[in-house]
Amino acid sequence: MTVLEHHLRTARADGRRLLIPYVMAGVVPDWLDLVRGAAEAGADAVEIGLPFSDPMLDGPTVQQAAALATRRGGRPRPLLDELAGLDLDVPLVVMTYANVALTLTPSHGVGGFLDHLAAVGVQGVIVPDLPLEESSEYLARAAEASVAAVLLAAPACGDDRCREIARASSGFVYCMSSMRTTGERNALATTARENARRLKGMTELPVVTGFGISTVEHAVEACVDADGVVVGSAFMRMLVDGAPVAEVVDAVAAFRRALSSVGG
Amino acid sequence: MSVEEVVSTGAMRAPDAAGRFGRFGGRYLPEALMPAVQAVEAAFREAWADAAFMTEYRRLLATYVGRPTPLTECARLSEALGVRVLLKREDLAHTGSHKINNVLGQALLAKRMGKRKLIAETGAGQHGVATATAAALLDLSCTVYMGQTDVRRQEMNVFRMDLLGAEVVPVTSANGIGTLKEATNAALRAWVNETEDAHYCVGSVMGPHPYPWMVREFQRVIGEEARAQCADRLSTAVPDVVVACIGGGSNAAGTFAGFVDTPARLVGVEAAGGSAVEKGKLGVLHGFMSHFLQDDDSQILEAESISAGLDYPGIGPEHVHLAETGRVQYTSVTDDQAVRALTLVTRTEGILPALESAHALAWVVDAAATGELAAGSTVLVTLSGRGDKDIQQIREHLR
Repeated sequence: MTVLEHHLRTARADGRRLLIPYVMAGVVPDWLDLVRGAAEAGADAVEIGLPFSDPMLDGPTVQQAAALATRRGGRPRPLLDELAGLDLDVPLVVMTYANVALTLTPSHGVGGFLDHLAAVGVQGVIVPDLPLEESSEYLARAAEASVAAVLLAAPACGDDRCREIARASSGFVYCMSSMRTTGERNALATTARENARRLKGMTELPVVTGFGISTVEHAVEACVDADGVVVGSAFMRMLVDGAPVAEVVDAVAAFRRALSSVGG
Repeated sequence: MSVEEVVSTGAMRAPDAAGRFGRFGGRYLPEALMPAVQAVEAAFREAWADAAFMTEYRRLLATYVGRPTPLTECARLSEALGVRVLLKREDLAHTGSHKINNVLGQALLAKRMGKRKLIAETGAGQHGVATATAAALLDLSCTVYMGQTDVRRQEMNVFRMDLLGAEVVPVTSANGIGTLKEATNAALRAWVNETEDAHYCVGSVMGPHPYPWMVREFQRVIGEEARAQCADRLSTAVPDVVVACIGGGSNAAGTFAGFVDTPARLVGVEAAGGSAVEKGKLGVLHGFMSHFLQDDDSQILEAESISAGLDYPGIGPEHVHLAETGRVQYTSVTDDQAVRALTLVTRTEGILPALESAHALAWVVDAAATGELAAGSTVLVTLSGRGDKDIQQIREHLR
């Protein structure tokens, strides 16, 4: 069992709903304080976005966060290296796109990227544009590097495909709440709970719902079926709008409190 | 090597089951789009084998597009260059470029799949105009994503799309630049959000499988017609050299498909500022693996060209494969070379080529001058579109 899966399962076994905040690496100068602060505020893992020029699955907020990081000179390799100095009690999960994963270490391919993640202490990885069909080498190398490759399952995927995704995923299964890009929404999509329920019936891995979890109410609602939530754009929106890191840490704590009231 | 691989890497046949041409292509998409592209692939395979679909498609190409487009012998240009130049006149196709061939095929497919809307990206606006046209003809709604920079430099095409009833969405990236790359990002995101209702009508031989293959098949008509026309016209039946310009590479793919199994030398011409074959590195963008202009930090760069249609940092996956196998030679020309060739062809033949097509012509002009093209050789150039849309750009460049 991967470190990520073990950590999340242990938390789940305690009756806890999982909270995984997303932080775009380099989005503000003190982004590492946010990672630390989120962990202290009760995050069960922290998802770290690496900036990419063409984030195909991201809505305006994460696009803006990526652009901010890039404009500040943030580049994937040095940003990853900054993570090496963190000594956290919670696992880190890196999210980036296939071009970064496949080309960041040009002579070593995706294996080199995964080894680099392991070397800086990252326990999980999400590459949303590597679907099952393109994933065999990626999954094998991730297993070798002891980095949990988390796969996403979309509401429109058929049951057979979802079952395959659940089987091939490590750490947790990322349940997409809707057929949408990332970003804040007014309401939780009706497909969010259905998809989580379906996935829960297919796997023992934790099922964590993300995309459009914008308020504590959404998070609580999603967790009726899911084991937890990923919250990204809601926090990144605050930073993009100029809020200080401390305020975002408070927001993470508010999600934690709300989820704890559900999970007992 | 298995039998299947031999077939797939053969002369411009279907890609392998994973949608690869050699190492390139594939399907690098979020799960949210997988069911949609799988449905497109199934629908295309079925339609392409369905006589009724083909009859309807060919009827539209003949009665609506005006195919076959002529093959024009360029007497004065040939005399000036010392090589015999023939133009495949896609500029005379309805809407003024080859884009309509692909779009009508995909629009018929969209209808067949029960979709009510077409989504498209566009650079120069030619694909956007073609998509808006097909949408009007087949009673589909249409949204076209176009980079803010291109909206500015191609405002007539924007107005044309508007007249045709399409919605044009100007796209600026968070990084501030807006050309074909950003338009494609926006179109893909829009598709993620509306796969139920909309078909993404990709404009070139790029994107996830089956698009590079499907678009080439819809453009194959260019090469097949030209092959037959050359057989009629030339004592040698086949020209010595076949040349086409390349942004994503759809007119080139369609043209080369007709000549790949002949002895003709095949030449693809990119814009110097967007030359993915020469300067690109292996990578993944917009759902496919190919060569892309990118920096050492895996960030995709913007291409830069006077021609909005060639402003793409990548190239269709089959082209990189054809470059690797050596069957097609890829090269590039500068903005200046393209505009000079455009002026020459306009003055000698009374034909105003699109800036994109002028790149193919520029290579011919240059190769004839340097002797790379032997005197007296026969050259077929696909004139992919007409230059009316570029008048303003050309004027500014010549000032």
